[in-house]
Amino acid sequence: MAAIALIFILIVPLLLSGFRLNLMGRFLALSIVALGIDLIWGYTGLLSLGHGVLFALGGYALAMHLKLQIPPTSSLKLPDFMTLYGVTELPWFWEPFHSFGFSVIAVALIPAILAAILGFLVFRNRIRGVYFSILTQAMTIIFFNLFNGQQRFINGTNGLTDFNTILGAPINEPATQRAIYVFTILALVAAYALCRWLTSGRFGKLLIAIRDDENRVRFSGYDPTGFKVLVFAISGALAGIAGALFTLQTGIISPKAMDIAFSIEMVIWVAVGGRATLVGAILGTLLVNFAKSLLSEKFPDFWLFFQGGLFLLVVLALPNGIVGLLKSQFPDLFSSKKRLSTYPSLAEDAEVQYERKNLGD
Amino acid sequence: MNAKILEIENVTVSFDGFKALRNLTFSLDEGELRVVIGPNGAGKTTFLDVITGKTKPTEGQVLFKGRNVRSLPEHQIARLGVGRKFQTPRVYLNLTPRENLELSCNRSKNVFSTLFKRPPTTERRTVAGLLETIGLTHKADIKAALLSHGEKQWLEIGMLVAQSPDLLLVDEPVAGLTDEETERTGDLLLALAQSHSIIVIEHDMEFVRQIARKVTVLHEGSVLCEGSIDEVQSHPRVIEVYLGQELHSDHLVSLEQTDLLEMVDMN
Repeated sequence: MAAIALIFILIVPLLLSGFRLNLMGRFLALSIVALGIDLIWGYTGLLSLGHGVLFALGGYALAMHLKLQIPPTSSLKLPDFMTLYGVTELPWFWEPFHSFGFSVIAVALIPAILAAILGFLVFRNRIRGVYFSILTQAMTIIFFNLFNGQQRFINGTNGLTDFNTILGAPINEPATQRAIYVFTILALVAAYALCRWLTSGRFGKLLIAIRDDENRVRFSGYDPTGFKVLVFAISGALAGIAGALFTLQTGIISPKAMDIAFSIEMVIWVAVGGRATLVGAILGTLLVNFAKSLLSEKFPDFWLFFQGGLFLLVVLALPNGIVGLLKSQFPDLFSSKKRLSTYPSLAEDAEVQYERKNLGD
Repeated sequence: MNAKILEIENVTVSFDGFKALRNLTFSLDEGELRVVIGPNGAGKTTFLDVITGKTKPTEGQVLFKGRNVRSLPEHQIARLGVGRKFQTPRVYLNLTPRENLELSCNRSKNVFSTLFKRPPTTERRTVAGLLETIGLTHKADIKAALLSHGEKQWLEIGMLVAQSPDLLLVDEPVAGLTDEETERTGDLLLALAQSHSIIVIEHDMEFVRQIARKVTVLHEGSVLCEGSIDEVQSHPRVIEVYLGQELHSDHLVSLEQTDLLEMVDMN
């Protein structure tokens, strides 16, 4: 994993033009939200169609801090759009975002808290399956309209843009962007390591158990509610971090990120890569997004059809995604097992292997 | 006289007016092995649902170790010491038998202790011992989905024991098993009965004969009679409702189907 991260940090920038490298950085940021979706959907079986909101909240949290970096020479003491709408005093909820530390914490914490509250209400009442998905969709609509309507406080439809500096460094300088690119990779590695850790131990096994048979879990003495709330909150925090990093590299966050279509796209990335594999979430995000940017450069009207077709293809032909396909075609790639040296039916038979190990060949 | 581990007093469960259980009264001594039989629709599964908290009684109460369990959710009743095996084996198919057992064996089932604590060696030893008891040591690390039906049944019994409950509720443990597997399951249950109270629901009369000491017959949601297997089998009402119906069961089903068709037509 460290080797792959180093390749992305050191070698990929040499191969790609500045424009493509910026795209790569954005897509790596999107991979973090895909990891979060894999955690909640792939492992725990809860299909969230509202991660766009959690993503956007992270983006807004950081963007509000950036909008407060007003040059001392400027005559304005407020973010530029506020004066347009006649706001004369900074709204109270903007105040804490003067602090960089607060904003960074808010990036992860605000989406996590929102997810935890929604999750607690939904899961405690044993709402599952498609009803959970519908509720998350309702959340996107509510937030989309809420943010669109707040022209005076968060610039409504236009969103927050025109950022100047971050930590004193001009945000659009190539050097700053390079640093953000490297930081995105480190964040992705950390997110991946967190998800690996969560899904590998007994906790991860329990998530799979909840996914496969939640009622059975109750009769074994576990209360699934707490587990699901925690996973949804962590997933929300990852979405927020992704949103902040994405905003840094696109230079804008607007309610468009809360569009339902975007939340569904995120699910498609994970489905294409392969559910419950983590690697698949990252791979799927990068592949689908690069395909999107290449195709929409060539055929601007074509992309949506292609995306729909891709989703159909995955559902019908590759239910386990690309990683699932690779696993079934090249099992050696994914396991440390020795190459099969005898008849496969013998080498894969658990009883034969057990005897071989304990009695010798 | 032993202490009662389970007392069910006058329990009625009704679903939209249909009474799945009517004024059912039942009690089980500590350390007892009881077999519950009854024709289809007698309320056997609802009976287990009421004990495990899946269904709340409309009237009456269920006391486990003298404690009323009405207000408790399923997982807390399970933690008090009630383990349940379902009619069709419900094991986690995407986990290995070892992982299945480890999840059940976990002593502290809160979110954070499950996340941060590694399974202690005692638990791992328990799991290894259980794998041997249920004969799955050599298949401990393949997915449970690859196990045969009988092996899944055994794995689920193992999961039950891993929970170390005081009361085991076993719903049709030998459905779909071969004769040899059935007999081994019977021996396993008899061995477990040394240290647990057990309620077994079963249809297979030969199996009932193998393990039963005392049998309870349910019919239309209440207890028809109780006694040894011979007493029960010679009881005239039992012959009438249980064995009698079995002879004509094909006929009954077809009658019900015609009723259903008529109802569909009327709508």
